[in-house]
Formats: sequence, structure tokens, C-alpha cells
Amino acid sequence: MSSRVEIYSAEQVKGKMPLALWWRQFQAIFRSEIKKIFLSRKSIMLYIFALNPSLLFIMLNIFNDKKKLIDAQFLNRVFSEVYEGLILRVVIFFGCSWIFINLFRAEINEKSLHYYFLTPVRREVLVVAKYFSGLFTASLLFSITTLFCLFLIYLPRGYESSMQYIFDGPGLNHILSYWGISVLGCVGYGSMFLLLGVFFRNPILPATFLYCWELISFLLPPLLKKLTIIHYLQSLTPIKLSEGPYAIVAEPVSAWVAVPSLFLLTAVVLTVACLKVRKMEISYSNE
Amino acid sequence: MIVFENVSKFYGEILGVNRINLSISRGITSLVGPNGSGKTTLMNLMCGLLRPTQGSINVLGLTPDQPEKLFHKLGYCSQFDSFPKGITGRDFIQSFLEISGYVRKEAINLTNRALERVNLVEAAKRKVESYSKGMRQRIRLAQAIAHNPEVIILDEPLNGLDPMARAEVIALFRQLSAEGMYLILSSHILHEVDMMSDRVVLINNGYIVADGDTRGVRSEMQEHPLQILIRCDRPSLLAAKVFEQEDIVEARLHKDRRGLFVKTVNPDNFYLFFNKVVLEENLQVESIHPVDDDLDAIYQYLIGSEGS
Ligand SMILES: Nc1ncnc2c1ncn2[C@@H]1O[C@H](COP(=O)(O)OP(=O)(O)OP(=O)(O)O)[C@@H](O)[C@H]1O
Ligand SMILES: [Mg+2]
Repeated sequence: MSSRVEIYSAEQVKGKMPLALWWRQFQAIFRSEIKKIFLSRKSIMLYIFALNPSLLFIMLNIFNDKKKLIDAQFLNRVFSEVYEGLILRVVIFFGCSWIFINLFRAEINEKSLHYYFLTPVRREVLVVAKYFSGLFTASLLFSITTLFCLFLIYLPRGYESSMQYIFDGPGLNHILSYWGISVLGCVGYGSMFLLLGVFFRNPILPATFLYCWELISFLLPPLLKKLTIIHYLQSLTPIKLSEGPYAIVAEPVSAWVAVPSLFLLTAVVLTVACLKVRKMEISYSNE
Repeated sequence: MIVFENVSKFYGEILGVNRINLSISRGITSLVGPNGSGKTTLMNLMCGLLRPTQGSINVLGLTPDQPEKLFHKLGYCSQFDSFPKGITGRDFIQSFLEISGYVRKEAINLTNRALERVNLVEAAKRKVESYSKGMRQRIRLAQAIAHNPEVIILDEPLNGLDPMARAEVIALFRQLSAEGMYLILSSHILHEVDMMSDRVVLINNGYIVADGDTRGVRSEMQEHPLQILIRCDRPSLLAAKVFEQEDIVEARLHKDRRGLFVKTVNPDNFYLFFNKVVLEENLQVESIHPVDDDLDAIYQYLIGSEGS
């Protein structure tokens, strides 16, 4: 049949990796997953959730006295506190948990995962494509959150002085750093939550455990710190916050170490997910 | 060929199928058995949705744990009546083909052809959620055959179809089989599939109980011996007497030595004989009943409804 020729690409016949085929499959899965995430009615809750921190900064603009709102040092402090306490640890963490856990878990619950398993797709390609569709959605959403909040911080200073602060001062570095941390947060937490969704019927408990683990990371000895995502993300923040009197201080790692380490951790987690999905059985009634 | 070699599947403690040896060749093969007999389990094993607890499966030289190769050749219409949320009939098939690796244009062509084959061109624009049960059944069927697979596995494909749709779908199966495909279907009603099947495999409680063309299966089942358990005060005496009988296949003492299992191909004769022994020997009978009562009932159910 002529139609079969297209699928068995020349590479496959020669026993090489059929990269072109994988790429087409990746794109097809990516598209269909993106559609599912964005068009799902439940996603509205996610959008509202992602908007939350902006509301806080709008309040700040309305209710704080004008003198303070042009004090760069005060604003940087406020922003970094809100960023680490709310945006990173709550919004990005729980937003990612919702998006990435559901990549597999929602389809198991809706009994539609088998459709993917009945196509000639390597299950590794499926895992990676699903991960990237989640990553795309999460990074887009939380980049908007982060950048919009930064915008609100600069708003009261007016155009001129903001531009000056951004381009002649430390502003640009701050913006890029926080944006990068948000994306990297999605990279790291995304892989973790995808794994939880693959392994656990009810991922709420393990997700809570992960939350606590990340929360107490400042109490952990340096070696264990390396097993938390927040450790790498915090090393990248341009403004360092005190972690309180009980913190066990570890030498913050440089970006050159933090970023590759985070990617490595992500790769390991995704590999485990691939191995698990490769062996996964479909028996919905049991779930 | 599709070959099952000593395949067992347990869901934890629960038996799915047990020690299945089966090879399936081209044409239409029907798996027939009542609810919970293991039809879906067998099919899911063939597709790698389940992994056998024991034994091995081979589909056209491939093992089911290689989906990337297997599903070029195999299409499966499962029993799960669920769909990705909010998808239209057309997208359901087209996205399946694109994920399979077809380029857009080819995927569209194949989608159109599949929709025509199941007569759903009109409804394809609509969301699957708005379909009737029969239409959902057919759109899943269309997906299973869209990529021209050589092996087509269909779990209860006639379920929910009205007589017209049923006739059309059966004609489609015949045509596919004539094109040289392997068609494997399941049903819990023998006479629903026996006319079109080249071969019927009856399963019950996870075991294959009969296998062959329809006529062979029917006679095989009628010859199947019935097992009866008799609880009485002197089972060994009864056993000695029983062995004088011709129709007896087997007689075996119960573990507690207060009962006797008897297998006979002619239950009526046995009951007459048994009554005689009870009178002659003054046997104290506690109870007597067929052990395979449910199996017997299943045979009645599977073959009894036919032709009458
Ligand atoms: N996920 C599961 N967990 C536990 N037991 C299961 C599971 N799936 C099937 N079983 C059991 O395995 C046996 C065979 O089930 P299967 O679904 O294969 O039967 P079937 O012949 O397809 O039945 P039906 O006609 O209802 O579709 C049944 O006893 C069933 O209870
Ligand atoms: Mg079934």
C-alpha cells in the first residue's frame, strides 16, 4: 500500500534512527496536547491562578504611598520577596503541578490514554512531546505573570526613569534573571510532576511531599539541597534574601553550574518517566 | 500468523486468561464468550496494552512491546467508549494518522477514505460527544482501519449498531477479509458472528473451551462431559459401581472422602443408574449437583439460542 511507504522513512529501512519520523510525530502530539490544555474548560482556573500575583502588585500601586513607589531598593526587596514566596513557590509550583500531572493522569482518568498507545509512536517520543507541550504552556503563562508583575513594579516610576534604570542600571539583569528563573522552574518542576502523574494514581500526597521538601530545603544539608529544584533556582536570583536564623547556608552555585545541573536533573527524571511509560499497561477499571 | 504461546494474564490475584495456546491465521476469527470471560484481555495482550504474566505473544513476527513497529500493521478498535475531550469525528481520525507519522495531505486522504467506509462523512464535522452509541462505535472502527493495517482487532464491534449499520459493517468485514487481512472480533453472542467467521474460539473464565469452525465448535460442546458432585456416606462403594458404567469419563473421590466427582458424557443415563444404586445399596445421599453448572449454562447460552 502506497500510504505505508511514507511512514517507513528511508532511515528506518537502513536501521538508523528515524529522526524525521520522530519529529513529525512529536509535532503532531505537541499540537494536540496544546489544544487540549488551552481549550480545556478547567484551564480558566489556571489562568486566574496565574494572574493572582499581578493583583497584589496592582494593590501595591494603589495603596502604597507614592514616595516609596519610586524607591528602587524598596521595590526590589518587595518584588524579590513576592517572587520567591508567591510566584515561584506557589504559582509556578502549583500551576506546574496542575499542568504536568494531568499530562498523563487526566488521560488515564478520562480513559483516553490508550489512543496514544495504539499508534506506532515510541513511548519515549510520547513522553518527551507531552513534556514539551506542558513546558510550552507553563513557560508562556508564567513568563507573562513574571513580566507583567515586573511591569507593574516599574509603572509608578514613569517611562523615563524606568528606561534609565533598566538600560543603565541593574534593571535588565533583574528582568532577564527572573524571567529565566520562571522558565527554569517550569523545566524542573514540570519533569517532577510529569513523573508523579505517571507513577501515582492519586498524586496529591506525593505532590504535597514535594512541596514540603522544597519548602524546607533551606534546612537541608548541602548534599540534599542538591536534590531540590529550589536550590538551583535560588542561586540564580539577582537579589539574595535571608533565609532566617535556622538556615544551613550552602555556597550558592554559579549560573554555569546551576543551569546545567537543573537540566541534568530534568533529564534523569524524564528518563525514569520514559522507562515507566514504556512498561505501562492500560487497565482503567483498576485505576 | 498471530501466535499465543502458553499465555496467562493475572490482574493481581484475579485471573484474566490462563494458559492460552492459540494461533490465528488470515480471515475472520471470532472470540466468543460471556462477560468477563477474557476476550478483552486477550485482545489487549495482542496490542501490548497489557503485558502477559507468563508466556509470549507474536504478531506477524513482532512482539507487542514494540508499538513503533506493531501499529503500522495493526489497528485496534477497543471496547472503551471514551474519547479525547471535545474532539470532532474528523480530528479524531486525522490526528491519529498524523501522530502515526503521516504528512498532513496523506492523513487527510486516508481520513476521508476511512470516513466513507463507515458512512460517517456527514457527521465528521460534529463533536464525537454528540454522536449516538452506534456512531461512536463506527468512528472508532474507522480509526482502527484508517491506516490500512494488515491485522484488525475489533472488540465487540457490533455492539450498539442498528440492523442496517450492522449489515453494512459486516459487509465491510467480509470485504477486508477478502482483501487478505487478519480480522479478529469478539462477541458474547455466537450466532451474531458465526455466519461470517472462518473460525470461532469460545472462551470462558479465562480458558479456551472450544475452537474451530462454527459447526465443529457446536458439536464439540455437545460432547463435552458433565461433572457431577455426589455427597454420600459411602463414596468409594459408589465409585466402584460407577466404573462399571460405559459413559463415565472419570470418577474421583473428594479430598474429604465424603464425596465423589463423576464426569459423564451422558448425564441422563447416569442419573437413572444412580437412582438404582441408591436403592440397591441403601446409600445415604446428602446432595447431588453438577459442578460445572455454570459452564453448562454457558453452553446453553452460547449455542442454544442459535437457529431455534
Ligand atoms: N483491570 C482489571 N483489574 C482486575 N480484573 C480485571 C481487570 N480487567 C479485567 N479483569 C478481570 O479479568 C476477567 C476477564 O475480563 P475481560 O474484560 O477480558 O472479559 P471480557 O470477555 O472482555 O468481558 P466483556 O464481555 O464484559 O467485555 C474478568 O474476570 C475481569 O473481572
Ligand atoms: Mg470485553
